[in-house]
Amino acid sequence: MSTLPETARIPAGAAPVRVAAAPATASTADVPVEAEEVAFDIRNFSMWYGQRQALQEITIKISARKVTAIIGPSGCGKSTFLRSLNRMHDLTPGTRLEGTLRHFGNDLYGPGIDATAVRRRVGMVFQKSNPFPTMSIADNVLVGLRLNGMRDRSVLQERLEQSLRMAALWDEVKDLLNRPGTSLSGGQQQRLCIARSLAVQPDTLLMDEPCSALDPIATAKIEDLIQTLREKYTVVIVTHNMQQAARCSDRTAFFYMGRLIEFDNTRKIFTNPSNPQTEAYVSGRFG
Amino acid sequence: MDASPYLPSPRFARWRRWKSGAITGILVACALAVIAPLFLVIYFLLVRGYSSLDWSFFTQLPKPTGEVGGGMANAIVGTLTLLAMATVVGVPFGVFGGIYLAEYGSDRANDWIRFAADVLNGVPSIVWGMVVYLILVVPFKTFSAYAGGVALGLMMVPLVMRTTEEVLVLVPQSYREAALALGIARWKVIMVIVVRTALKGIGTGVIVALARIAGETAPLLFTALGNNFWNHNLKEPISALPLQIFAYSISPYDDWHRQAWAGALVLMALILALNITVRVLSRDRQSTL
Ligand SMILES: Nc1ncnc2c1ncn2[C@@H]1O[C@H](COP(=O)(O)OP(=O)(O)O)[C@@H](O)[C@H]1O
Ligand SMILES: [Mg+2]
Repeated sequence: MSTLPETARIPAGAAPVRVAAAPATASTADVPVEAEEVAFDIRNFSMWYGQRQALQEITIKISARKVTAIIGPSGCGKSTFLRSLNRMHDLTPGTRLEGTLRHFGNDLYGPGIDATAVRRRVGMVFQKSNPFPTMSIADNVLVGLRLNGMRDRSVLQERLEQSLRMAALWDEVKDLLNRPGTSLSGGQQQRLCIARSLAVQPDTLLMDEPCSALDPIATAKIEDLIQTLREKYTVVIVTHNMQQAARCSDRTAFFYMGRLIEFDNTRKIFTNPSNPQTEAYVSGRFG
Repeated sequence: MDASPYLPSPRFARWRRWKSGAITGILVACALAVIAPLFLVIYFLLVRGYSSLDWSFFTQLPKPTGEVGGGMANAIVGTLTLLAMATVVGVPFGVFGGIYLAEYGSDRANDWIRFAADVLNGVPSIVWGMVVYLILVVPFKTFSAYAGGVALGLMMVPLVMRTTEEVLVLVPQSYREAALALGIARWKVIMVIVVRTALKGIGTGVIVALARIAGETAPLLFTALGNNFWNHNLKEPISALPLQIFAYSISPYDDWHRQAWAGALVLMALILALNITVRVLSRDRQSTL
């Protein structure tokens, strides 16, 4: 858990957050603290599916090498938000966005930006594990490197082991590397997908409810894994499970109806939230 | 003891059994009517063709007019050659067209392409023969194996295109997203990951198309023409089973009639083999997709 001092609450910075009747203006304490490197600097970010607005003027700074959890009731825009962080919406016809979204200072939606290059740095793990069905375990891990032109066998071999070790899967599969990826158990498949993402050496990992299809033991393994990942990676994880957010994140953002309601240190969100809606949600009174 | 309220009266139960039996009978009769023609075809081909099917049928060239004996070796090889050439022509256009439809095309463009493909599917096969005759036979002043292969290949295109599209659409979106999220360029995602996932289905579609065209006669009449000898040059006419069957059936000789039946039996066996391959391939389709 974060050891950062809890600082006094200051209204959100430059963001001219529209003050609607309800829900109220996002309350974001002054996280991240000054010294922290910012991975995502997002300002007034709105998104539409056709006519339907799914995100409303989100302003948030997500720190590098921290675990940030996104919580909120179904349909509040968690996945939509996460998928805009690596431009996964590019392929959905009819999507439109406004505002700015910077990743380590670079505008992700700036003119001429190559979404493929963005995704190489910002990886994603999905709700349902999805190893490629025609590929072996090893091929699954290495496909990203291979298709981006890496031919050096020693590098591939090294990256294979390194990625599987980081995903805490090496010991379980080191003798089965040529078996199909789909022959693994659900939890192993999800860790294989994490290894696959790590193999292309991103600096940020997005996870959209990565444990919602897993049993408690497999979930615990993934949560342990997230703890080790935060040393090197910026992790943004969407979760339905409040205990999970409380257990494994440093910061928590509460979304409701397409708005960011509150963003603060996880401990604060779960023990002493500023916003009554956050309080109602984390105490299980709705959602 | 009172009868259970769930127990129908004996009269009603009898009526219901009778009704059920009658419906079952009608359905069985319909099912038989559907498969009976297949058995009739196989029965007649076996009765008429099997006795003429000897070793020389598979190894020898046709005998000159009026002479007894000989075989259809050149026609069998010719049909296989034409099918191979049709595959070379039809598969790339069909598969890439299907990829375009499934992955790239706008809804409007796709509507038009699908409509065109459906119309092409309905073009009478003799029309394909005439068109290719104008394009490849007239300018080069000779009937050729090439022209025959192209005519059959063009017939394959819309068939392969539609099945390719259908199986690509079945590949779950989650694989595309997972691959894109690895920073793989979209065209590579499609060509390597999506197509590979659907490969078995695409292969099945190709074989179905081959089975459809293997017996086509009309498109070959003005293109491959037929040949009583071995074809040593694809720029020259080539024999094919359907052409040979056609030529022999309209001849006045009993021995040729018998050979035509034998040829039909061999052609039917080839098509049946292709269809069985499809069944075997698609049996575990679920595991591929
Ligand atoms: N592809 C889409 N097209 C149209 N609307 C969508 C699409 N994806 C999500 N939405 C809508 O956007 C809202 C937010 O969805 P989502 O981000 O998936 O919510 P969450 O992940 O928090 O459950 C929902 O109301 C949903 O219906
Ligand atoms: Mg979601």
